[in-house]
Amino acid sequence: MGHTDTGLHQLDRSLVWAGFKSLTPISLFVTIFGVAFGLAAKQSGMSDSLVISMSALIFSGYAQFALLDLWGAQVPLVAMLVAAVAINARHLLMGATLYPWLRHLPPLKRYGVMMVASDANWAMSMQAFSRGQPGLGLLLGGGLAIWLFWVLGTWLGIHFGNALSDPKTLGLDMVMGCFLLAMVLGGDRNPRMCLIWSVAAIASLLAYRYLPENSHVIVGTLAGGLAGAVKGEQHHEH
Amino acid sequence: MSIETTGMGIVGIVLLMVVVTLATRWGGVYVMSIAPISARVRQFINAMSASVLVALIAPMALTGDVATRVALCATAALMLAVNKPLPAIAVGVVAAALVRQL
Repeated sequence: MGHTDTGLHQLDRSLVWAGFKSLTPISLFVTIFGVAFGLAAKQSGMSDSLVISMSALIFSGYAQFALLDLWGAQVPLVAMLVAAVAINARHLLMGATLYPWLRHLPPLKRYGVMMVASDANWAMSMQAFSRGQPGLGLLLGGGLAIWLFWVLGTWLGIHFGNALSDPKTLGLDMVMGCFLLAMVLGGDRNPRMCLIWSVAAIASLLAYRYLPENSHVIVGTLAGGLAGAVKGEQHHEH
Repeated sequence: MSIETTGMGIVGIVLLMVVVTLATRWGGVYVMSIAPISARVRQFINAMSASVLVALIAPMALTGDVATRVALCATAALMLAVNKPLPAIAVGVVAAALVRQL
């Protein structure tokens, strides 16, 4: 292995454990979102083992919530794949931004660490690198913490959901919609994003009204993506 | 084309989702090892990530009952005011529950 850089790519047991502990406080929130997913999934009529398997294997909150939205006696294949790719596309950017450090690891480790990449541990890891500290322990250890609490929360949500007789009266059918909306508005909010959202919403509604069932996901996503590529980001000088 | 949500269909759906998710987690690293991602592609990917959520919610807001709309408005208002997802989601759910009690 080339140790030609400053060694920021180092990854050993103590760094992983330190990363696990660093992300544990944030994981409390992950647990609550897991509960929300478990609850919402139960309302879609999924079996307990299916819901747990989804959280443990897919490990992508947004994509799992999106799948619930499409869930019925049948699931539309193309809409499901487009939604999953679009939602998870940000992982591509995470991998790309981590590449300068990941490239020093052997392929098995390099791709193994990426299996638990998600928003919070990626952000912490990038922050550590920018401070000149090793960050891959945060990525792997923190990712394992998030995974563990995501599955734990899902399990709690399933059991809570099983105990409820009428979730709709309690407004719990809105967990998914409110979750997705909060995630949209929690990101960047600027005129460019407003334009992208508007294009996505209008395209989605038009497709919902005039095109075949479930095409609204595909049409809205691609329209918004193209709007973003055409509009371009403004670069402010700092 | 659709997949039945029974037996092997369910296994297939979960497997497909796992494959897509892993492909995106690995894809960025792999692509960078061949050629760097251009700014234009990065902007398209970023915009798509936000758009898919909007595309899912928009019909929900249009076709939902009054409680659905009140819940979404409450969540949006809280997000714009304090920018904290958990309280915003909680208020949305409580708002829907209250409307349905009326």
